[in-house]
Amino acid sequence: MAEHRLKPITPLGGDTSRKDTFQGVTITEVVDTALASLSARASQAAEFRAAAPKFFGFDLPAPARSASGGDYTAIWTGPEQWFIEAPFATHEDIARIVKQGFGDAASVTEQTDGWGRFDLEGPRVRKVFEILSNLDLEKLPSGGASRTVIEHLGCILVCREAGARYSVYGPRSSAASLHHALVTAAKAAL
Amino acid sequence: MSQTNRLQGGQIDRSKVLNFTFDGKAFQGYQGDTLASALLANGVRLMGRSFKYHRPRGPISSGSEEPNAIVELRSGARQEPNTRATIAELFEGLSAKSQNHVGSLKFDFLAVNDRLASFFAAGFYYKTFMWPKAFWEKLYEPMIRRAAGLGSLSMQTDPDAYDKGFLHCDLLVIGAGPSGLAAALTAARSGARVILADEDFAPGGRLNAETFTLGNTSGAEWAQAAVAELSAMPNVRILTRTVVIGAFDHGIYGALERVSDHLPVPSEGKPRQILWRIYSSRAVLAAGATERPIAFRNNDRPGIMMAGALRAYVNRWAATPGKSVAVFTNNDDGLRTASDLIAKGVKVSAVIDSRADGPAFSGAEHLRGAVVTDALGRLGLHSVKVKLASGEIRQIPCEALGVSGGWNPNVHLTCHQRGLPVWNADLAAFVPGSLPPGMVVAGAANGEFSTAAALASGAKAAAGALDALGLSAAPADLPQAEDAPTRVSPLWYVPHKGRAWLDQQNDVTVKDVKLAHQEGFRSVEHLKRYTTMGMATDQGKTSNIGGLAVMAEMTGKSIPDTGTTIYRPPYTPVPIGAFAGRSAGADFRPKRLTPSHKWAAEQGAVFVEVGMWLRAQWLPRQGETHWRQSVDREVAATRGSVGICDVTTLGKIDVQGPDAAEFLNRIYCNPFAKLPVGKVRYGLMLREDGMAMDDGTTARLAEDHFVTTTTTANAVGVYRHMEFCRQCLWPDLDVQIISTTEAWAQFSVAGPNARKLLQKIVDPEYDISNEAFPYMGCGEITVCGGLRARLFRISFSGELAYEIAVPTRYGDGLVRAMMEAGREFDAVVYGTEALGVMRIEKGHAAGNELNGTTSALNLGMGGMVNKKKDSIGSTLSEREGMNAADALNLVGFEPVDRSKTLLGGMHFINRGAPADAKNDQGYMTSVAFSPSLGHSVGLGFLKNGAARKGEVIRAVNPLANEEVEVKVVSAHFVDPEGERLRG
Amino acid sequence: MIINHPLLGPRDSQEFVYLGDASLIDRPDWQAENAVDQFHEYLYQRTNPAGEHQELWFHEQGDRSWLVVTRNTLTHEITAVELARDVARRRGRSK
Repeated sequence: MAEHRLKPITPLGGDTSRKDTFQGVTITEVVDTALASLSARASQAAEFRAAAPKFFGFDLPAPARSASGGDYTAIWTGPEQWFIEAPFATHEDIARIVKQGFGDAASVTEQTDGWGRFDLEGPRVRKVFEILSNLDLEKLPSGGASRTVIEHLGCILVCREAGARYSVYGPRSSAASLHHALVTAAKAAL
Repeated sequence: MSQTNRLQGGQIDRSKVLNFTFDGKAFQGYQGDTLASALLANGVRLMGRSFKYHRPRGPISSGSEEPNAIVELRSGARQEPNTRATIAELFEGLSAKSQNHVGSLKFDFLAVNDRLASFFAAGFYYKTFMWPKAFWEKLYEPMIRRAAGLGSLSMQTDPDAYDKGFLHCDLLVIGAGPSGLAAALTAARSGARVILADEDFAPGGRLNAETFTLGNTSGAEWAQAAVAELSAMPNVRILTRTVVIGAFDHGIYGALERVSDHLPVPSEGKPRQILWRIYSSRAVLAAGATERPIAFRNNDRPGIMMAGALRAYVNRWAATPGKSVAVFTNNDDGLRTASDLIAKGVKVSAVIDSRADGPAFSGAEHLRGAVVTDALGRLGLHSVKVKLASGEIRQIPCEALGVSGGWNPNVHLTCHQRGLPVWNADLAAFVPGSLPPGMVVAGAANGEFSTAAALASGAKAAAGALDALGLSAAPADLPQAEDAPTRVSPLWYVPHKGRAWLDQQNDVTVKDVKLAHQEGFRSVEHLKRYTTMGMATDQGKTSNIGGLAVMAEMTGKSIPDTGTTIYRPPYTPVPIGAFAGRSAGADFRPKRLTPSHKWAAEQGAVFVEVGMWLRAQWLPRQGETHWRQSVDREVAATRGSVGICDVTTLGKIDVQGPDAAEFLNRIYCNPFAKLPVGKVRYGLMLREDGMAMDDGTTARLAEDHFVTTTTTANAVGVYRHMEFCRQCLWPDLDVQIISTTEAWAQFSVAGPNARKLLQKIVDPEYDISNEAFPYMGCGEITVCGGLRARLFRISFSGELAYEIAVPTRYGDGLVRAMMEAGREFDAVVYGTEALGVMRIEKGHAAGNELNGTTSALNLGMGGMVNKKKDSIGSTLSEREGMNAADALNLVGFEPVDRSKTLLGGMHFINRGAPADAKNDQGYMTSVAFSPSLGHSVGLGFLKNGAARKGEVIRAVNPLANEEVEVKVVSAHFVDPEGERLRG
Repeated sequence: MIINHPLLGPRDSQEFVYLGDASLIDRPDWQAENAVDQFHEYLYQRTNPAGEHQELWFHEQGDRSWLVVTRNTLTHEITAVELARDVARRRGRSK
């Protein structure tokens, strides 16, 4: 991207990402991920299926799963729809980049700033989710992913490492409310 | 007088002395005490006054079923009324107050009600306060409200937090008595995920209250060992102080954990309570049983309690309610209380057994075939009158009386999904009937009362549940335990002309039930409503069965034919705060902040809630003291030069795919197929019934790529509707949709200098002159030296206007850059109020007009409903009723007297006609003071309004007796020809 | 309630939004002779069974699938859950 003169702020309104530490869990505001939605077009289903492994180097994941390889992680978000993660520094224009790989076989939409991402890490992280999410985290394996409700908000929960590291994507405009809920839950549970 | 009634032994920690107060008086107890056990140990039997008659009362139970010992705990904002002293854990510094009396607990002025008992019988307020009518509101109701009710609220905000949480298990075990522990051990050893919940702070159930041995150890020790084994297993979660309140659909159970109730103040960040939602594959209900009383005259004297509760106080808490105790029973279990008392060295004055043929008992005088007929001692029992088998009446001195009328299995949770319990004549009790799917019942809750039967049934229930889940359970290794049969001869009340109490919480007597019968309230549900039996905090746990037994006797029906009232959740009371969780006060719901929020807050903006969004309503400048000053200035500055408004809140939906245009064609009533790339079009979306649903603009960025906008309020609903159309109506249209509302920070830049301002922001390679970028144009551009952005030439204000969008993280930077660039034009940022004023001046419909009852025709857009294509709502728009000649039309209104103010919601009435519904001509939807015109203006719907311009009618507000003469005008008050926005 | 989502397995009904009778899938042909009558029937005339009912639920806080859920309105027993798109196709809907 060109060097423009606008300064970004984080979903929490800061200049840099925020980190909160508790006994056994850290909560980090993650701002270095670019995000795009990728939807298959039914009329070019075969082309879409062929393009995916070619572009990403791996097959797109099944429902309730994510898959990673190279710069990309794909998260299943709905029937024939995935969210694609890539490093922001190299992929700020992620929608254009992914669209080039799929052409008319896919609809691609930039989602980077539609979401605020918080990573929760640590050995006691599941305790925190007990008062946040109705999902059964003991049964969510590494790579598991699900869209669900946290603090009344539609969020995407990605299990990076079972029992140890999870990402929560929530609507960016509500990042402050979501962060408040995560921190409150951590204080209550830990 | 310190703990005069404390005995030896018990499961209390005498090394931890706890100081507490009751009604201001200081006492001491021990760690492990409840408030009730500590008070009894201190010789206090009187703990409260009854609801209606203000009769002196003491505890009758040792658990959550307690109707009498209801107290206020703590003080200040944490004051908590209606807390059961029998389950309130003692802690250092606890302050408790008795409730429901005027004057002191011992001398209650309202005890006069007891003398007027004949006046207050069941249904008294239905009969007594009927006349004179006017007295109800002024006299009777305030009087009753003062006299009745239980504890009082602090009227302060609860300083504590409540959480809600989610747990998952293969097997939920409800109750940690012998059957629950056996079930949990069986399941846990097989590797299943187990949750064991118990309302007590010490698991073990009746094992803590009895002197039985299990194998070679005491029951309490066995329970502790079982809990220790379970606690060490990673697949087990033990929830103490947790009551399972309800059995809901598909294996979901509600449970309330009292996390911090036993602490003076919750630890930093910790909740007072957690309301758990437990997802279970199977559940074992091991909720035990509740002992029931036998009603007799004055059976509510302080000191009279359930025999099992008395035993629990003596065995578990080493506290006796009196130095000498009598026992009144109709079953063998009552005899245990007598033996345990004797073993503890408490004098047993007599054992009164209603059965002439009951088993022999030695150790105390045993009166077989005898009944208690009266109790003496108003503030505390001192003796009972007994009618012997011979008919002779004898008075027996005693400070306490243990009563056992038999045990009722706690079937409540089995009935939460329409299940009905069934009568077991051998046990003289209701036992579980049909069960919720996935539930099995074990132990006393299932009528299996002996310890051995409880252990065995718990293990069996768990093994069965696991088998159904495909897990195999190892045969349980159960200890030897007592296995006494249940022998009971039903006795519900002792006939007498005095008052015998069935429901002590609601002051319902045997006579009241008879009165209800006499007056025709014979169904149990009617009986409950008429007498209030079974209502309030205890929900009749000790009283309901007795009451319906009396009704059965009156009607001549059997008890099972009489039936029980419906059992509903919650099993025990749940504070409203626990249902709210953290969603209270400022955290009631999440907030949505706009990309310019930080900047606007720095400017001192006043924010308004719009759905979940917080939007700047106006941005006051120094010296402005009234909102109108700020709003008028913002409007004038925008119309005079340039204003900026954050419009990110409008819903944005990305619509892509080869069939995207066709899809839009069908969800909007007007056509989209031929919209050229690089152009924007207004769209009106109808519901299938032809009423307007939403409106917005749609931009075509590419042949197969559109961005459509929704109103702020309807963004979620419109997206849901579009998915419905896509998936359910036209599943093979190749179209993909996704929300991008939050991904882009979007600002309206409006006013004659809008273009000049934007030319300083948009990179020079993009020509945004009127020729290159005309009205309703759109395109992808870059700004501020290369940042990708989108520009739309659309106008809500009626001015030359654009909407510019950048990725949200740069929205803050963009508003700052635009304000810098706009300095030479005195650019302002305007809020929602000025936005509203300008759209009313321009005659644009918004939420007030798209109110769910208005059609395209009403809105003046009837011509937009394209008849040459199918679209949602087009067919039903053709209905006759929606095309009436005098249909409402959206028009403008201005006051004839320009100094008058118009009000939203005013109705239109023709001159000279009465202001009533029959003459209603329509209503005002939106009003504003127009700074551009210098007077009030309004939009509204008027019958045949389009043809009535120039007419003068009345806008009336009959509620406040106001009316204003208004002239019907075009809705476009400003620039009706639309020259500005095309300039 | 728990809805057994055909793609995601058991999910709490709290994540869903309820719409109503699954007959809303059967939108009439706008070009039919008695289209207004047909649309009137479609929109306003519903059965309200005390028992098995096919109804539309939207997984709003999930994968945004519309589902057809067969539920007993007396017991809340759910006997079938399908993607509404599949049901629609089976009922002859296409483009």
